[in-house]
Amino acid sequence: MTQAQIPAVEVEDLTVAYTGQPVLWDLDLAVPAGSRTAIVGPNGAGKSTLVKAVMGLVDPVAGAVRIFGRPGGEAGGTIAYVPQRATLEWDFPTDVLDVVTMGTYGRLGWFRRPGPAERAAAEEALEQVEMSAFAERPISQLSGGQQQRILLARALAQKAEIYMLDEPFQGVDAPTERSIVRVLDDLAALGKTVVVVHHDLQTVVEYFNHVVLLNVRIIGAGPVETTFSEENLRLTFGGRLGVLASRAAQEF
Amino acid sequence: MDLFTDWTLRVVALGSGLLGAVSGMLGSFAVLRRQSLLGDAVSHAALPGIALAFLITGTKATVPILLGAAATGWIGTVVVRLIVRRSRVPYDAALGLVLSVFFGLGLVLLTIIQKRPDAAQAGLETFLFGQAAALLRSDVVVMAIVAGGVAVILLVLWKEMKLLAFDRSFGESMGLSMGRIDSLMTVLLVLTIVLGLQMVGVVLMSAMIVAPGAAARQWSKGLGSMVILASLFGIVAGVSGAVLSSVVRGLPTGPTIVLVLSAIVGLSLLFAPQRGLVWRRVHLGRLRRRPRQEPVLMHLLALSLQHPEDPDHGHDLSVLRTMSPADVNVAMALEALAERGLAQRDSSGRWAPSELGRRDAQKTLSREGRL
Repeated sequence: MTQAQIPAVEVEDLTVAYTGQPVLWDLDLAVPAGSRTAIVGPNGAGKSTLVKAVMGLVDPVAGAVRIFGRPGGEAGGTIAYVPQRATLEWDFPTDVLDVVTMGTYGRLGWFRRPGPAERAAAEEALEQVEMSAFAERPISQLSGGQQQRILLARALAQKAEIYMLDEPFQGVDAPTERSIVRVLDDLAALGKTVVVVHHDLQTVVEYFNHVVLLNVRIIGAGPVETTFSEENLRLTFGGRLGVLASRAAQEF
Repeated sequence: MDLFTDWTLRVVALGSGLLGAVSGMLGSFAVLRRQSLLGDAVSHAALPGIALAFLITGTKATVPILLGAAATGWIGTVVVRLIVRRSRVPYDAALGLVLSVFFGLGLVLLTIIQKRPDAAQAGLETFLFGQAAALLRSDVVVMAIVAGGVAVILLVLWKEMKLLAFDRSFGESMGLSMGRIDSLMTVLLVLTIVLGLQMVGVVLMSAMIVAPGAAARQWSKGLGSMVILASLFGIVAGVSGAVLSSVVRGLPTGPTIVLVLSAIVGLSLLFAPQRGLVWRRVHLGRLRRRPRQEPVLMHLLALSLQHPEDPDHGHDLSVLRTMSPADVNVAMALEALAERGLAQRDSSGRWAPSELGRRDAQKTLSREGRL
């Protein structure tokens, strides 16, 4: 009830830098609970870094992250992370079900081993991404699309409130894209919050209702209908070009 | 048999077998985490510690020497981590830097020690190549305690170790402190290497860490079987190296162990199923003989075009079989098409092209029609 007013993810004055170079500069952002939010921006805009900062995987130079009003460090089980699949070593000796079961490890905590309940949760998650038939397949024998669905299933097994996906549609086949979109629909129907780093401008309107336009700074953030405008996109992707043009105009 | 009567041989074989077991367990994780060189850096970084311990205490007693080795070995890993975090130097370069700088420092200190007039210094250089024959019963007891401890820790923290090796940041994102597990792993590795220095020596110790894991990876589908197999390989190499060097006069134990390990690695690279070179050569030949899927897809399209009002209308496997030459495995081609999302099977086992498959086949058709 009051939950609805508290943003799922809140970012305040966030600045992140790698070896002195700012990647994110003074970000203020609120992702509404229950929204389907796309993070859009050019290469090097800091999209993945923003996700990692929210997940607490990079230390910000300044600023704070709050998850449902609580400090980010205490978010533990409420937020699930789907990393870019290319960042993982897929030639690892394990099978699909084992990787999906990893989603339950956080809930289990230290020392406790996964049991029948965790196995069941993993199998259910596999079914949601239509990969049940692959449960015992070694992960080294998966296609890119299958890898992506496994990572999504692993996040689903976390049974979180917020899902952060980093480029889940990057280089996947059509059946995988449909499968992921269906899962996102299901999550939205359950009132979960979904945040996706997205590179395909064509599908933003179809898949999402909220958008964050990012290029080191926040260019715009809000409902897709109002924020996803040509003007904002130009500022995001051709920002520098736009500045140059207006400067040239002043000189004449 | 010598192994059961010869006291010295029994101690040496037991010690090197235990060393092989524990190296295999920890080495599996090092190999999977692409940290194969870490063992090399640690063992080389231990050398100045050995020399310093001797310079400070003036004795070659085991405990202070090993403490010194462990101290500089561990400092080496800390320096590697600092370099990677604070600069743009990549991980492998940082390892190489630490390895050579520490090893060089160790050699300088050893030379200074050897120039000293007293006789107490004799024998420190055995740490370069190891001297398994000098192993004492107490060393073996320590080795056994470490091996047992590592096995217990791996059992208790199995899922955390697996998470660290496969997807560290995911583990971190769930609130499990991967840094702590990483530090524990490093401490265990340093401990094992330092104990191994007496037997195998600074130069060859990294082979003890890397080789069993690399060989075991070839044969295993799961992390558990890989770790068990790696420690078995380590035991086999350790014991047989000890026996061989006692049978053949003048054969040094440490290098012999490493040679046996290398043989195991070589055989594994060649003959392991799925991953071995020989298997892959054979399998590639079979792949070339696999049925081509394209013609079967075209047949599916042709059949579905006969039912324009119901494109998902299915057809029996036998129908498709009659459309292909007798030596084509139509069932396998259909399965392969289904896996690519181009064909689908209905509840009664009849086959039809999927929407994607129809589009694909139409494209092929129009392309070839133009030719």
